[in-house]
Amino acid sequence: MPTDVERWKSEVYGNEIRERLFEFAEKGWESIPEDERDAWFERFKWWGLYHQRNGQESYFMMRIGTPNGVLEPGQVRAVGEIADEFARGPGVNPEFGAAYADFTTRQSIQLHWIRLEDIPAIFEKLDEHGLSTQQACGDSWRNIVGCPVAGKDKHEHVDALPVALDLHDTYKGHEDHTNLPRKWKVSVTGCREGCGQGDINDLAFEPATKDGEKGFNIRVGGGLARNEPRLARDLDVFVTPDQAGEVGGALSALFRDYGDRENRYNARIKFLVDEWGAEKMRRVLQEEYVDWELPTAGEDLREEYSYNSGYATGGHSDHVGVHEQNDGNYYVGLDVLVGRMGAADVLELADLADEYGSGEVRLTQRQNAIVTDVPEENLDDLLAEDLLSDYSPDPHPFMRGSIACTGTEFCSLSIVETKNRQVRYARWLKENVELPEGVEDFHIHLSGCTASCAQPQIADVSLRGMKTRKNGEAVEALDIGLGGGLGENPQFADWVGQRVPVDEVPGAIANLLANFEDRREGDETFRTFVERLDEDELADLIEPEETDYEDPMMHNTKLTWYPYADEDDMDDSPAPARADGTPISSDD
Amino acid sequence: MLARTDVDRRTGDERPVVTVPLRIQDDGAWLSVDDQRRVGVGELWRFYDPGFCDCDLADGVVENLVEPGVDGRTVEIRAVCQCIVCGTKATTDWLPVGRIVDGEWRDIDREGLLLSNASRKRE
Repeated sequence: MPTDVERWKSEVYGNEIRERLFEFAEKGWESIPEDERDAWFERFKWWGLYHQRNGQESYFMMRIGTPNGVLEPGQVRAVGEIADEFARGPGVNPEFGAAYADFTTRQSIQLHWIRLEDIPAIFEKLDEHGLSTQQACGDSWRNIVGCPVAGKDKHEHVDALPVALDLHDTYKGHEDHTNLPRKWKVSVTGCREGCGQGDINDLAFEPATKDGEKGFNIRVGGGLARNEPRLARDLDVFVTPDQAGEVGGALSALFRDYGDRENRYNARIKFLVDEWGAEKMRRVLQEEYVDWELPTAGEDLREEYSYNSGYATGGHSDHVGVHEQNDGNYYVGLDVLVGRMGAADVLELADLADEYGSGEVRLTQRQNAIVTDVPEENLDDLLAEDLLSDYSPDPHPFMRGSIACTGTEFCSLSIVETKNRQVRYARWLKENVELPEGVEDFHIHLSGCTASCAQPQIADVSLRGMKTRKNGEAVEALDIGLGGGLGENPQFADWVGQRVPVDEVPGAIANLLANFEDRREGDETFRTFVERLDEDELADLIEPEETDYEDPMMHNTKLTWYPYADEDDMDDSPAPARADGTPISSDD
Repeated sequence: MLARTDVDRRTGDERPVVTVPLRIQDDGAWLSVDDQRRVGVGELWRFYDPGFCDCDLADGVVENLVEPGVDGRTVEIRAVCQCIVCGTKATTDWLPVGRIVDGEWRDIDREGLLLSNASRKRE
């Protein structure tokens, strides 16, 4: 039996949702029929709108898809202005203020506290600047990710940006691919470092060479969510850049036709690959969806992959810092701690990009921002700007390595507070913990739940939201995982520490690093170190401990309407609210 | 899934048929009852279910809601839980989370002890 979501999608989905969205916006929140709200909120996702969690009714998260993370000149300013004007609600974040933008692990942008009534004005502004929220959420082609410096990287194998943009242009709004069984995440990588993180995507184009021609091998069925992480499986197919669009569409059509629409928990293509195997997947693709003979895979570059790998391959593991481009200009990667930037800072970033570069800014899968096209003579002045004190191109490793998802601040699925907590963790670790000599990269990813939006399974230290009881009280806790990373032979973390109260996690990381230093052989990296230990030995490395770190959010933040409100009880929620912010009481 | 209440079991009086849609929304994040959010992940549930783990009482973090159900007026859920005492992670039996009375949602105190459907029937 089809699910409710499939039924709703069969009734109204895709581009036509926009028209209905605008009708509701014009009449206000209360015009959405009460018995149709589940249906409409599900559909709104296709246009990038996600209803915020319990206690924040009538407010939406808005996701803007920026293909390959590229923000063309003028677009960052538009995002900053929209955040400043519209992403303000009844809650103020103590770290980030009243209005901010989040850069995500899929090179997109998320704004919060968006009111339904403001959406037409926001969409108009996005349209004016060539930006869109189309398919940023929902069951279709999501934002296409890739190496954020594609086309500018001095060492890249093939420029993958035109391929990513062609896929974006073709399959955003394409009627045949509007309604898939589930989300469809695509990565296109042309660099040698594996920055597109294809292994954790539904469909991955990976750099390769076949018979002297440069192009891509194809992998299918990767993903991290729901305690079911999978690495993408090798389909043994090579495509040229010109063929990538057609084969990408063929695989999307295969997913559309064969994916499970009766059980959303079994719908991602990773489960179809589990069931069929890569060989059958290739055979069906060839026999039913592609008219020409698919070549077998070419020679790949995976042994050079360094991004998020934790190996000392000589390649970079992020894009932070000053790097020369292939045209002699430079790109400057800025560390955006947990990916969140205040609206005023986003506008300042736009100014700097205009003044010192081409105006372009790019976003990375490590939630950072890159100012591109900076002539050498502008570098010193850019590096001296005040904004770069907060968003450093040379940050401390604990700041540089921090990633966090949205968490209970806004998200229904999350079990714990995340972004502000990871900020507190990074600051405490920076002040109190010495990294072993030569360790410049140390990645800590904090995800609030098993959806794994912070990609916790591929970090040096993987943190995932949990609960436990401490002194009889229910408190927020984290599972701790070790051993994860991408690279030639990607591995997911083993969850070796269970339900560590959040105030004992910094102590656990400090002890872990002390144990690493004691037992390290030579100058091995942390990942190499943990790889030679078994699970029991890894568990022994973690010694949770209270320290002088204090966590103000130990309580159940999910039971608040907004964790940082002075009066945070659910009953104090000012939501739902009308366009002017006045609460709509249930008696109205 | 529709919850129906058409007979008052105490008095036997017939009531108008009331159907209440129950759904798990947003990847298992919350239970929708009549298009209202009623139960979410992240709660700690103490429940008696010998089939779930060896603890006398499981103390489970609700990670994902899997499926809604009804038993009379009682709304039940199967959820992916992890017991914070023993670490067992599994999908629970049907656990009561609320009741539909006269078409209206009534919370069950989920900070108290929850008895699984099978346990209730055995009693």
